[in-house]
Amino acid sequence: MSAIAKLFKRKQPTSSQVAKERLQLVLIHDRVKLSPDVLERIKDDLVTTISKYLDIDREGLQITLTQNKRLIVDMPLRERSARKRSG
Amino acid sequence: MPGKVITITSGKGGVGKTTVTANLGMALAQHGQRVAVVDADIGLRNLDVVMGLENRIVYDLVDVVEGICRLRQALIRDRRVNELYLLPAAQTRDKTAVSPADMIQVCEQLRREFDYALIDSPAGIEQGFQNAVAGADEVIIVTTPEVSAVRDADRIIGLIEAQEKGPGSLIINRLKPDMVRRGDMLSTEDVVEILAIKLLGIIPEDEAIVISTNRGTPIVLDGRSPAAQALDNIARRIMGEDIPMYQPAREEGFFSRLARMVRGGD
Repeated sequence: MSAIAKLFKRKQPTSSQVAKERLQLVLIHDRVKLSPDVLERIKDDLVTTISKYLDIDREGLQITLTQNKRLIVDMPLRERSARKRSG
Repeated sequence: MPGKVITITSGKGGVGKTTVTANLGMALAQHGQRVAVVDADIGLRNLDVVMGLENRIVYDLVDVVEGICRLRQALIRDRRVNELYLLPAAQTRDKTAVSPADMIQVCEQLRREFDYALIDSPAGIEQGFQNAVAGADEVIIVTTPEVSAVRDADRIIGLIEAQEKGPGSLIINRLKPDMVRRGDMLSTEDVVEILAIKLLGIIPEDEAIVISTNRGTPIVLDGRSPAAQALDNIARRIMGEDIPMYQPAREEGFFSRLARMVRGGD
């Protein structure tokens, strides 16, 4: 997929993709009583920490909590740079 | 061999629990099983009208629990098939009229007399739901591909796991293949991935359901519509048959649709 197509796709997620992402987030809260606010702070901290070493795509970051209580963080790297100075 | 008690529940109301219960009961009976369907929604009974048996109620579940009649007397026989019986809910009482212990006892009796007892649970997670699952050997969760229904299904799965009733199995109801194809409805794969439980069946949205409910004739009695076939497949899976999963989102290309139109088949 070309970068342009990818960009286009990111801007226009289908409503079912939106539904799925919203559900995954709300279920993290439901399953472990983690408030959306705390989850956002976890996200920010993760981004801050990992960004020291890698250029990550904040918008594409996905956190899922599975039924069997595994927290899965999916953190896409920005395409151009897999490198970054360690700070 | 003692029969199996299966509770059909959902958390959210209006996703089709009662229709599913009526039709699975009917389909199992069509396959020669001895079946009882039980309406556990006390105060808001509906399984009787969906099945078209509302005019034949004499006694109900609360009468059985309170010892006013024996179980046999409260069971209404459905004459359209061989061995199908309805145990109706009381309409003038509320859920506190029955306790989980009462339900366990009723289920024990049903297990002795039938191959399958299907219990139609009320919506919600309170006592009515607790009553409905108390005596269950297995739980089926019905959901629709919508955020609200899936979220409630997730909550229910957590509750039945906490009660050690297993993770249960899932029926996805009212799937609209066209909308899934357009990316405007959660797909079967999405819902299964999110809820992470075994998929028992997929029922496509089907106008014939509305018509059959209007008439009080469960749709599997006229087995041609897509929903009727899906429900029959689910009944056969419950009986242990290995039936491939219906895949509405994948099947239809333009040419297969054209071929169907030409053949006039459904």
